[in-house]
Amino acid sequence: MKILVCLSNVPDTTSKITFTDNNTSFNSAGVQYIINPYDEIALSRAVELAAEAQGTVTVIHVGESSSDATIRKALAVGADDAVRIDSVARDAWFVANQIAHYAKAHAFDLILTGRESIDYNGAQVQGFLGELLEIPSISIAKKLDINSMEASVEREIEGGKEVMIVSLPIVVGTAEGVAEPKIPNMRGIMTARTKSLQVLDPIAVPVLSKITHYDTPAPRGEVKLIDKANVEQLVQLLHSEAKVI
Amino acid sequence: MSILVYIENVEGELKKSAYETLSYGKALGDMTGEEVTALSIGNVSGEQLEKVGKYGVKKVIEVNTKDLSHFLNQAYASVISEVAKNLHTNTVVLANSFSGKGLAPRVAAKLSAALADGAISLPEISGAAWTIKKAVFSNKAIATEELHEQKKVIAITPNSLEAKVSPVEVTVEKYEPQVLPADLSTIIKDIVRATDKISLPEADIVVSAGRGMKGPENWAMIEELAQVLGAATACSKPVSDAGWRPHEEHVGQTGLAVTPNLYIAIGISGAIQHLAGVSASKTIVVINKDPEAPFFKVADYGIVGDAFEVIPQLIEAIKAYKNN
Ligand SMILES: Cc1cc2nc3c(=O)[nH]c(=O)nc-3n(C[C@H](O)[C@H](O)[C@H](O)COP(=O)(O)OP(=O)(O)OC[C@H]3O[C@@H](n4cnc5c(N)ncnc54)[C@H](O)[C@@H]3O)c2cc1C
Ligand SMILES: Nc1ncnc2c1ncn2[C@@H]1O[C@H](COP(=O)(O)O)[C@@H](O)[C@H]1O
Repeated sequence: MKILVCLSNVPDTTSKITFTDNNTSFNSAGVQYIINPYDEIALSRAVELAAEAQGTVTVIHVGESSSDATIRKALAVGADDAVRIDSVARDAWFVANQIAHYAKAHAFDLILTGRESIDYNGAQVQGFLGELLEIPSISIAKKLDINSMEASVEREIEGGKEVMIVSLPIVVGTAEGVAEPKIPNMRGIMTARTKSLQVLDPIAVPVLSKITHYDTPAPRGEVKLIDKANVEQLVQLLHSEAKVI
Repeated sequence: MSILVYIENVEGELKKSAYETLSYGKALGDMTGEEVTALSIGNVSGEQLEKVGKYGVKKVIEVNTKDLSHFLNQAYASVISEVAKNLHTNTVVLANSFSGKGLAPRVAAKLSAALADGAISLPEISGAAWTIKKAVFSNKAIATEELHEQKKVIAITPNSLEAKVSPVEVTVEKYEPQVLPADLSTIIKDIVRATDKISLPEADIVVSAGRGMKGPENWAMIEELAQVLGAATACSKPVSDAGWRPHEEHVGQTGLAVTPNLYIAIGISGAIQHLAGVSASKTIVVINKDPEAPFFKVADYGIVGDAFEVIPQLIEAIKAYKNN
């Protein structure tokens, strides 16, 4: 079984989010980057599934060489090889086209993405990939098992969950529950250095949309503290002032 | 040229997100002068479909073929784009809900449309240029996005735009789409719905609790508070990691992002990763025994106190208020 895991490189969850150039671009100065937490889940599950089925795990990332440390970390966790499409990840449509282009030439059985990236929160790449590759895509998977060439996926739906059976190949967007993120061990870190990281040129993709400006949300006013002996006052305020009950 | 609004149903019932998308479509139609049509897929009663008119949309296309009684994103995306093509639709509006997230990119790709996912505003239109706002960096910033294509798919964030009532007469038109077998290859084996519970992404009020609750055995009071308020329950990540609560309830940067009118955080410290998923809530109430808890800095109202004392009193106070 051949598994492809799509990795997004995102600011560490504690990063202060600021912008430069008159609030037109993200300020990456001093920001620590990590594997998107959902992609870490995808990667961990991929490594487990590959071990069960004697398969292979390839990780793919669309980005510049500054992401190589993140890619090496994925190799240390257990991916067999890596591909980087050497370009700024302009937007989800661009990224999905790059990945689809690569995937078409390499016949993967299973393509995993995170449910969304924690920077642009698009949750788009997974559906775009399904469409571009003309295969089923399942978003927000909470469980993923493979039995020969069939996947059983538990998917989150409005107010519940759904168990689906689908033949490979498929694209799955993974969420919490699919696997526990794995921490690379010493051996993993050592072998990661010797694994292949192939760098490929991007294909041309038309620009359909573009972020032109960022704003930071207005800060809230000072908190109004209510005495714990007087909870009725809170109820009153929620009714008459905040008008939420 | 027209606007198509896909209205989602859950077990045959239109939900709040459907009304929000209708209201958005109507407002957009008023801006562009285009005709607005709603599309429903699945087994939705005529009575439910009548409700479309309440939000100012005059026409509904009803697709109710047997193969499509359950949500299958590939098949539904095909139907939506087929109807969009038939109607010469420029803009498709849908909810950025769990199913909407699966649909929106597929529909956009089929129509070669620009996708505005997670929209939190109506577009600003100046000639051919549309700009639209969406939350990014887990609610830490708001981006303005320019859509360059004539065709657009707009997936709106649930709870971020109010459904405005403006009643009109509705006509329902049935339609039989051409669904390809390839679109139906996914088999749904089992559906589990917690029917008695209010769905977290759609909830107006969310009662959320963290590690300060000490253990799962103490959630009865959280459930009761939620019940008296008509709220959904949520939790912090360590709580679901420890198995005190199901994963679906975990909110934050790596969990669900919610935007209710009222978010009540109990025994949650307010770590930045937690705030990322809840800070867009309209009103935030924090109950924590530690006056230094960072959550107070982003709260509108706060009570410094022990949850085990405060919550029972709060339940009583709300009951008294509701009985009045
Ligand atoms: C990559 C990454 C992603 C993460 N994603 C998320 C996420 O999506 N969501 C999330 O929630 N967290 C997330 N976290 C974890 C986050 O950093 C915090 O650890 C977590 O939110 C803390 O949960 P808590 O507030 O319940 O617990 P704690 O931080 O332990 O806080 C418990 C609070 O309860 C209060 N308390 C204790 N007893 C009482 C009492 N009797 N009455 C009232 N108050 C009491 C304490 O004063 C304290 O403030 C993430 C972390 C990382 C590294
Ligand atoms: N630059 C990228 N390179 C490779 N995969 C990506 C990239 N950006 C996003 N992805 C994948 O797509 C998923 C969803 O991203 P998004 O659509 O941006 O929310 C992520 O969890 C990744 O698996």
